[in-house]
Amino acid sequence: MATHEPFAPTRRDFVKGVGGLIVAISLPVYLDVRQAAAATVTPPGSFGPATVPADQLASWLAVGKDGVVRVLTGKVELGTGTITASRQIVAEELDVAFDRIEVVQGVTGETVDQGYTAGSQTIRTQWASGLRIASASARQTLLSMAATRLGVPAAQLTVKDGVVRGGGKSVSYTSLLGGAALPGTVSQQAKTKPSSAYQVVGQPLKREDIPDKIFGRFTFVQDVRVPGMVHARVVRPARPAPLEAKASPIAQIIHGTLAGASLDGVDESSVQHLPGFLKLVVRKDFVAVVAEREEQAIAAAQALKITWKDGAPLPDQANLYDAIRSARIGNTRVIQNQGDVDGALAGAAKVLQATYTHPYQAHASIGPSAAVAYVHDGVAEVWSPTQGVYQLRGAVATALGLQPQQVRVNYVEGSGCYGINGADDASLAAALVSQQVGKPVRVQFMRADEISWENYGTPMVMDLRAGLDASGRIVGWDYHGWTANRGGRPNWNIPSGVLAGFPEPPPPPSPPPSPPLGDDGLNSTPWYAFANERVTSYGVYSPWLFTGPLRSPSRLQNTFATESFMDELAAAAGADPIAFRLAHTSDARLAAVINRAASAAGWQARPSPAPAQTGAVRTGRGIAAVRYEGNSAWVAAIIALRVDTASGAITVTQVAVAHDCGVIVNPDGLRNQVEGNIVQGLSRSLKEEVKFDRSGVLGVDWETYPIIGFSELPDDVRIELIDHPELPALGAGESTISVIGGAIGNALFDATGKRLRTLPFTPDRVRAALAAAG
Amino acid sequence: MDETADRQAPPVPAGDGTRRAAIGAVAAATAVGVAGGAFALAERAGLLDRGLRITVNGQDHDVQADPATPLLYVLRNEIGLQGVRFGCGMAECGACTVQLDGKAIRSCVTPVSQAARKSVTTLEGLGTAASPHPLQRAFVDQQAAQCGYCIPGMIMEAEAFLRTTPKATNAQIKTALSGHLCRCGTHYRILRAVAAAAKA
Repeated sequence: MATHEPFAPTRRDFVKGVGGLIVAISLPVYLDVRQAAAATVTPPGSFGPATVPADQLASWLAVGKDGVVRVLTGKVELGTGTITASRQIVAEELDVAFDRIEVVQGVTGETVDQGYTAGSQTIRTQWASGLRIASASARQTLLSMAATRLGVPAAQLTVKDGVVRGGGKSVSYTSLLGGAALPGTVSQQAKTKPSSAYQVVGQPLKREDIPDKIFGRFTFVQDVRVPGMVHARVVRPARPAPLEAKASPIAQIIHGTLAGASLDGVDESSVQHLPGFLKLVVRKDFVAVVAEREEQAIAAAQALKITWKDGAPLPDQANLYDAIRSARIGNTRVIQNQGDVDGALAGAAKVLQATYTHPYQAHASIGPSAAVAYVHDGVAEVWSPTQGVYQLRGAVATALGLQPQQVRVNYVEGSGCYGINGADDASLAAALVSQQVGKPVRVQFMRADEISWENYGTPMVMDLRAGLDASGRIVGWDYHGWTANRGGRPNWNIPSGVLAGFPEPPPPPSPPPSPPLGDDGLNSTPWYAFANERVTSYGVYSPWLFTGPLRSPSRLQNTFATESFMDELAAAAGADPIAFRLAHTSDARLAAVINRAASAAGWQARPSPAPAQTGAVRTGRGIAAVRYEGNSAWVAAIIALRVDTASGAITVTQVAVAHDCGVIVNPDGLRNQVEGNIVQGLSRSLKEEVKFDRSGVLGVDWETYPIIGFSELPDDVRIELIDHPELPALGAGESTISVIGGAIGNALFDATGKRLRTLPFTPDRVRAALAAAG
Repeated sequence: MDETADRQAPPVPAGDGTRRAAIGAVAAATAVGVAGGAFALAERAGLLDRGLRITVNGQDHDVQADPATPLLYVLRNEIGLQGVRFGCGMAECGACTVQLDGKAIRSCVTPVSQAARKSVTTLEGLGTAASPHPLQRAFVDQQAAQCGYCIPGMIMEAEAFLRTTPKATNAQIKTALSGHLCRCGTHYRILRAVAAAAKA
């Protein structure tokens, strides 16, 4: 496939209505540091329109005089291949060549606000209401224009590669528009193609960004360079003493989170003499140092003499789950309440109850987050790896005391994020610093800044109770889940904002009593059919570590609990785990993924645990399945493992996944996502837990927050993709990871007869479970 | 089980630029930096007057940075290369891996002074889209990336490894890459790409 130069340099040529301000400095991403460009700064003003009208075709698509189709998308590429799939969708519905499509993504005032790029919603949204519908609408509009131009009824026209033909005549989209904006509006009723006509959708087309990433030409946000740019590093509450975990002098420069600490004193003279030092920035507890060169900023951050006042202590990690359960409840939501749960449990032949817990976990991006901001003359421009340019724009405007239209946020891809990593935090930090130095400022977090100051994935406590009748059927199901949150999506309640003194909002209040919705989209409600079912969740007030969405937020935790508990019930009923699940669902697509995974794994039906094994090493297999969010993908995973009962070490030997997310737009892209979900799921299930003591986080690098590596991965991975070209696209970015922990726990039970209800399944926990009586 | 066992740097030959040697060098520089500036140390050592020249992808560069500066920042900020990436600054993840005289090293903990009069190769020096290195071709063929941030280090490590172990087995490849982290979970594609290049 042909490789492309970056698209953005031409984007303002065709984006209409950019207002009075054309910022000459608007394309620094592509500046070469070897030729420092003499860009001039424009007069003060605000950036174009506040919003981009989603109902206008020109907000989504343009056809240049060169015949290139430019797609404007509010959903951005996070490294998962969605831009390639989006181009396929446009190529299909607009009938243009895939290679003639360029994409502009995530610029406030230029691309439609499609909300966050998150939650496996990108392809689903583009399919249901976004680019697919805009493309089909544009095709109708262009056909109608062609009918007029050619004097041939639209019904007799056909299109291929952007050329309309009929009645022996032809005209191209390019010629029809002559470089002008696409007229007309998006029609949600626009006629889309039947799946039988698909030629581009469903093809494993190669990603356009990958060659650039393989040849060292790709511009990550970490590579953004602006003329006159200076470098900053944040300095955050650090532990008073070096970490014990590290013996080398490097330990002394690691800053773990000191929870709730506030600035006591800072000595600028400790850094003033350093080469290249420019400025110490202090805004309440937000501290950063600025220098001409990056290594100088790092040296200044290390040398800065600063003291912090202790804040309120964190809970004792050993009692975290009790602390969550007993914390003040911010809001209570009754999600499902059908039938008579109490009556059903009272009359059950057997009642089981169990508590499952999940720790804080980190996004743990390989590249610490970075951003560049330039605040000058009453405007701010930010280059950010954010998942939501409009939402970040609001946060930056608030923090800087500007109006949203005085801020422009440009999305630039960063290291993979998997949710809200440090991307928004670094962006806010860059903006705060730039405002004080009046120069373009690049902030990149150091490893410890990133991993110990994240908005971590939330810890959860989940109580489940269910009853079986004499025949082994579930007659009642009762779920209570506690989630501990602090902060989250870009607003000022991410670390830089909180440190800079912006008040943290209280948890959202309980919704007014109303009929339960039945499903909260968080996998709290089981995907099996029970006549009597109650699901209640509690958001607790937890002024501890920051939290935010981490791949499959709450959904992974709830799926782990539900699928582990289903396995406990199956064992109590003496049933094969797969037969037991199938007996409790009438959802054909759920049954299909379960059966497909079973067939791929060579599942032998029998109850768990496995017949008694001798020797130190035991083997087992387990299944977990999900209907994701109640309305998204269906996934089943079967995992085989062996466990060394002496060391407690688990070795996963086989993973089989069956996945159904409706129409598959790009099977290789989907497979890449499923593979990634498996690997990250194994890592989170077997290894990952943010460790902390009373004063702060202990996980500050890859040795204190380890993730899985090549040598720990099973060779045998079997992925079954079920395609439904005729059905809508659903999400695939995080569905598979939600079932990995449950499948491992169930396999561990199969192997040993012991049930582990707390993630991750570390050797210590496994050994302790094996040593426990019963 | 030692959970950090696979975090150890791969078995690269001992000597300049290995993780162990480099950590010591940076630790020393850091200590000096805190005590009054690595710049001062370099000045006392007379390194600034002497100048520092390194060869990167076949081209000579006169280094402006303090000689204690990690090679990473010189490659990225002075020379403008984007095929070398900051990941941890502690030689734990491998994202910054480049080759020094053909050996894979962690540029985040290697002072630029250690590269003086040596040949540095980055991803950009391996091949181009028009003339790709077999490993690069294999990575594209296998679509072996998601976000791709770790990929330059993976390729540079694999390239050095395959030169010494041309017919590497899958198990050997896993071991060779065990000091490199990927968070997207692209491991299987990376392994397939390196295996394909090993067979090519």
